[in-house]
This record gives sequence, C-alpha cells and structure tokens, in this order.
Amino acid sequence: MAQAKTLQVKTHQAKAQFGYRRHADQDRAGQSPAEHPVVVVGAGPVGLSLAIDLAQRGQRVVLLDDADRIGEGSRAICFSKRSLEYWDRLGVGDRMVAKGVVWSVGRIFHGESLLYQFNLLPEDGHKRPAFINLQQYYAEAYLVDRIQDLPEIDLRWRNKVTALEQRNDGVALTIETPEGAYRLHAQYVIACDGARSSLRQMVGAEFAGQVFEDQFLIADVKMTAEFPTERWFWFDPPFHAGRSALLHRQPDDVWRIDLQLNRYADPVVEKKPENVRPRIARMLGHDKFEFEWISLYKFQCRRMDRFIHGRVIFAGDSAHQVSPFGARGANSGLEDAENLSWKLDRVLRGTSPASLLESYHAERSMAADENIRESTRSTDFMAPNSHQEARLRKAVLSLAKETEFGKRMVNGGRLSVPCSYASPLSSPDADVWGGGPSPGCSMLDAPIAEQAYLTDAFRKGGTDFTLLSFNNGAAIDVPDGVKDVRIGGEGGLADPSGLVAKRYDAAPGAAYLLRPDGYVAARFRHPTRAAIAAALSQAQGLN
Amino acid sequence: MPLSTSSNFARPDDAFRAIVEAHRGLTEEQSADFDAALVLILANHIGDIDVLREAVELAKRRMIDGQQQQQQQQ
Repeated sequence: MAQAKTLQVKTHQAKAQFGYRRHADQDRAGQSPAEHPVVVVGAGPVGLSLAIDLAQRGQRVVLLDDADRIGEGSRAICFSKRSLEYWDRLGVGDRMVAKGVVWSVGRIFHGESLLYQFNLLPEDGHKRPAFINLQQYYAEAYLVDRIQDLPEIDLRWRNKVTALEQRNDGVALTIETPEGAYRLHAQYVIACDGARSSLRQMVGAEFAGQVFEDQFLIADVKMTAEFPTERWFWFDPPFHAGRSALLHRQPDDVWRIDLQLNRYADPVVEKKPENVRPRIARMLGHDKFEFEWISLYKFQCRRMDRFIHGRVIFAGDSAHQVSPFGARGANSGLEDAENLSWKLDRVLRGTSPASLLESYHAERSMAADENIRESTRSTDFMAPNSHQEARLRKAVLSLAKETEFGKRMVNGGRLSVPCSYASPLSSPDADVWGGGPSPGCSMLDAPIAEQAYLTDAFRKGGTDFTLLSFNNGAAIDVPDGVKDVRIGGEGGLADPSGLVAKRYDAAPGAAYLLRPDGYVAARFRHPTRAAIAAALSQAQGLN
Repeated sequence: MPLSTSSNFARPDDAFRAIVEAHRGLTEEQSADFDAALVLILANHIGDIDVLREAVELAKRRMIDGQQQQQQQQ
C-alpha cells in the first residue's frame, strides 16, 4: 500500500525473524568484488516474487533486504485474481488462497441505506476468485518459505545498499551489514525497495505526483463479528458523519477499517488509541475488539518518469505509488515482477537484445498511469477538492438511489484488473474477432476438466511462450521453443463447458500466441508458420 | 456524431422556460444542487464522451470569453 506518512502507534510483533549471515562475498578484501547477474533489492512481495520467478527460469539471484524480519502491520491486504494466478506459477498460490479470505462482493452504503452492491467475478469457471484478503506478512512469509526450495536465490538479510555506481557492463553496489560494508557487482539491479526507495534517490530520479490533503486512519482490529465476507464502503455513515469508511475482513478474525479524517485533523491526537476506540466502537456497535495495527496516512499518487535508469530497474512502489482504494499497489507491483522477469531472463541469456527491457518501461508505466488515474478518481470522489466537487458527488449519491447510471458513477474504489497494453511487442489483429482477449490483454481462465483450468495448462512445464490452439484436425506447425496447448482433438485438452472457445471467441483452427507472463502477443483465425514466427520475433523484441 | 448546436427544439422557449421554472423558489444553494443533478442526468442521456467533452469545451469557452470581455470593459 502506498503511504506518504505513517504514524504507527502500536506495532504488531514481527511474524518472522531471520538471521543475518556472513557471505563469502564479504571476504574479498584486496580482490575485485563478486560478480552476479541480478541483484534484487527489497524482500517485499514484489522483490520476493521477482526473485522466485527469475530462479524458476534458471537465473541466480542475490536478494538483499535491509531488515531482518517481516510483519510490521498488515499493510497490503487485497490480492487480485491476476496476482493469485502469478503466485500459482511461483508455486505459492494454493497456500495464499488456503489462508486468505475469499471475496468478490462489495456493498456501498450512503448514510444508513445500501446504495448498491457489486460482484467482481459474477461468472463461474475460473480457478481463482476475484480477490483474497491476506495480510502482507503472510504473503511475504509464504514467499520466503518458497525461496528455501530454490538454491538459485541467495537471500541476505540486514544487507543495506548504501551506494551504487553505474558502469557500462553493470552496477557496482556498496552494501552495509552488521559486520561492515562490502561491494559487489551486478549486471542488473532491480530496485523493489518500496515507496521511500533509497535506490531511487541514488540514481537521482524524481518522484512527482499529487498529494491528497485528506488524512485517513487505518486500523486493523481483532474481533469475532457477524459481518459477511464482503467489502463494505460507506459515504457519510451514521457513525462517522460527513466522511467515508471502509470495512474489510482478513484472516484470523482481523478486520481492516479505513476512516477518512478531516484534512486539518491533528495526527498526534487522532492516532491515540483512546481517540480511535470510540470512533470504531460507534462503527461496529460494540467495543469488544483489540487493535492489531493503527496507522495514519496521507495518500500520494506519483510515479517515476522512467522505470529504467541505466542498469537499475525499478518495480513496485519504488516506481509508482497509488492511493489504496482499488488494491492497485501490491497487485500492480506483482504485475511489474511478472512483466520484467521473463524479459530480463531472455536478455541475460542473450536470446533477446537488451532493448526488450524497454518494453517493460513502456507497458508498466502505461499501467502505472492507469492505476494512478483510477485511484486518483476514487480518492477525489471520497474527498472532494472543492465545494462544487462535493456538490456533484452529492448529486451522484442522490441519483444512485433511483437510477442505474447514478450507481455506476459512485466511486468507492475501482478494483485492480490487469491493464491492456498498447505494446510494441503485440502484433495487431489481422482477422476479425467478435470477442476474446486482444493482443496486449491478459489471458482469460476457463475450465478444461473437473477442477482443472486453462491457467494450470499454461503453467505446466514452466512458463515460456505458448501457442493456445483450437483443434480443427490439421496439425499446427508450432515454432521451436514454443509450448503447445491444444484444445480438442486427439491428445488435446477438453473444453467441457465450451467456455474456453467462448471466452476466446475461437472457432476450430484459431490460435493465440501467449507470452510467458500470460499476455496475448498475437492471435490468428488461420495461423501459418510464418505468421506465428513473425509474431514471436516481435514479442521477443527481435524485430 | 459531433455536438449539435443547431436549434433542436420545435419550441425553444418552452425548453428554456422549463428549466427556469424548475429553479423558481429555490435558494442559491438548492439551485446549484439542482443544476448539478440535471447536468449529470443529461450527460448520461447523451451517453457519448466525445459529445460531452465538446459541450464542456463550449461552455468553458463561453466563460473565458466572458472574463475577457469583463477585463476589456475594466
């Protein structure tokens, strides 16, 4: 979650503590520093996921973190379907979903009355739900556990980068540890070191954007409650007149509460538990709860101009920050990771030119703009900037009671969905399509058997480029190195509900070329070997 | 379809009057609330973001022209 200013009054105990261990790289006094292909800085959800993804592709990764523990408060709690599908590929999806609270319904209230409710995943036939709620420390703990299976990852706690120097062939890092400083050299450094990124300062990059003056109080409280597992959002609730409030369930009987405060509220006064407690008691109708975490925020929406600075690449909150309404912080960071890892892997192997990385900046900065736009609109709707904006919002809320269009204008957070890239890697449609994901869009899931899904088939045997084809009896000439996933025919996958063909608008003979991150690179009604090969080169940055 | 600025009502005075009458008896504050709701209702009815943007442009331009005239008079 993006946070400009955090004032924690009570820090929950660390969920896991890790020991600093001396590494042989620190004993090279008088020698040249150790050489590594990739150093990832920051062991949060983004850095951990990126390291795992790269390791699964056979890359050796050094992962540095300046702390030695995880679990300072819940922070990000909503993980999207897209993120869960990514974590499936990283081998941690089942664990996340088993622990997480599954939800897809949201309700929006105005005053005492329900304005409307929405279902983020109204259709069946998807392996993963629209969202789970899970405290960030659980997500991080499961990712750290997964790293224990991957000898390619060298995770070093209490290793703080204090200086970097860009060179033609890489980056020289100076790293501070409890036993003093050492240096190492990396071909690429990936900065996943969060909103207050020190690497961003080291490369001298600006981080410009909008600050929202309204303050929000975020409290995680522990209680047993009868509220359903839904996202409840209030405008002008009876318990918090004139402001907005959000209630959302997490595992372990923990509930996330967001309360909008006056922009002139005194943070020192507001954060005191004795002042927070009565406010939340009014909301819940009782005071049988304990605080897990209390934090006071001002939101910022901002991004770096360039996500790539020489051989330092920024991902997650270090590159872009959004307000939390829409769950676009951690989820977009995970999308950064899945976008970057296959490209970096190809560049390190020399199978694609370094210019392929430029598409990471193009695609993900476009996604960042979209996320900033959406979350800015939500935040402005919740905290109108002027009397007239407040008036327009009042009109929308009053119209929402009796009109459908009014309901749809009410903005209590537009929740994260994958961005559609206008990408240099996509080959535009040459055929006519009446639906299905177009080039630059994320693949769609659908069942291929009882309890088995297309995303499972995509993931099986590792994620490389994949040709998803719909059998018409004729064999498709799949280029070397491209995984073949065929629906129908002998040895092909079943489409028991017909949903695969429907969601891909596919007649027999059609094919989709999917990138390793599950995005559509190209699609064909009648694929030829030459057309597939051309789209593949385009998507690999070889053209 | 671009924004239509030709006269679309058979009886334009009726249309103007309908809006004027809706404001009768309202305070300034209530009038402003009413206008906000009316704008949103009509915008949705138009349902075309390009036409809406053109309409916003036209209304905005009128205001800028008005300000310039005022400044010239001063």
